[in-house]
Amino acid sequence: MDKLMTDLKHQIIEALNLKHLKPEDIADDQPLFVQGLGLDSIDALELIVLLQQKYGIKITDPQEGPKIFKSVKTMAEYIQSHQKA
Amino acid sequence: MNFITSYCRIKNGAVTVDGNLVFSNRSGVEAFATALYHHINVDYPKFYKMDNLSKVGFLAAELILEKHELGDPYSRAVILSNSAASLDTDVRYQQASAKAPSPAMFVYTLANIVAGEICIRHKIKGESNFFVCPEYDPDFLSSYIRARLAERITMCVTGWVEVLDETADVFLYVVTNRQKGLALEHTSQNLKDLSLKHG
Repeated sequence: MDKLMTDLKHQIIEALNLKHLKPEDIADDQPLFVQGLGLDSIDALELIVLLQQKYGIKITDPQEGPKIFKSVKTMAEYIQSHQKA
Repeated sequence: MNFITSYCRIKNGAVTVDGNLVFSNRSGVEAFATALYHHINVDYPKFYKMDNLSKVGFLAAELILEKHELGDPYSRAVILSNSAASLDTDVRYQQASAKAPSPAMFVYTLANIVAGEICIRHKIKGESNFFVCPEYDPDFLSSYIRARLAERITMCVTGWVEVLDETADVFLYVVTNRQKGLALEHTSQNLKDLSLKHG
């Protein structure tokens, strides 16, 4: 789980062009949107593409988005529970 | 009468503000823009998300607006022009889409996004417009700006912002109805002279 969260932080920085940040600047449970990293709706789309490209996970229910992308930790938990063995 | 109060020229890696060379870097556009961003010490993380057209337009606007009192947000305007529109990013988007389309890159496949970025940064809520012309046309632009300044607009960021094939060509200037800064009369001849002087 720790390695997955570290990988995710690197991937988020790369995919969202957050070049002013380092992985260690992002806390595991820090909110990604609004008051946390301040990501926006376009970033949310990039995160959906990231899950699909890197982990082969397609989000079919848009209502799940806010729960999945709450933090790096919730993303990692979702990946772990949805990745094919 | 209207006045050009400040201008920025970016060409061949040289950045000139009001006639003074402030930065020079012969790298490609992205590396050039990042180096200039650090050089002028701006703290605006969204810069990194912008395409190259928006980056150079944003930076030129930073350089000419930093000392300006901008007045009422609804009396400020951004009117830009170029010949290639967003072609530089359109091509990158098309190439990237072979793997997976990027929503963040797609956002920039419109030329007027650079005007929007400048508006967001400087709280400009009046007119925002972008003209695609074969070449920089000071006669047309100055005539259009004069018409805007005869109405509610009191300050306009305007000019040419072009990025294509790793080349940036920018001539951005501020026109106001007040005699301050350079206080150069806003005429198409003065604009031609300024753009050629550092071109």
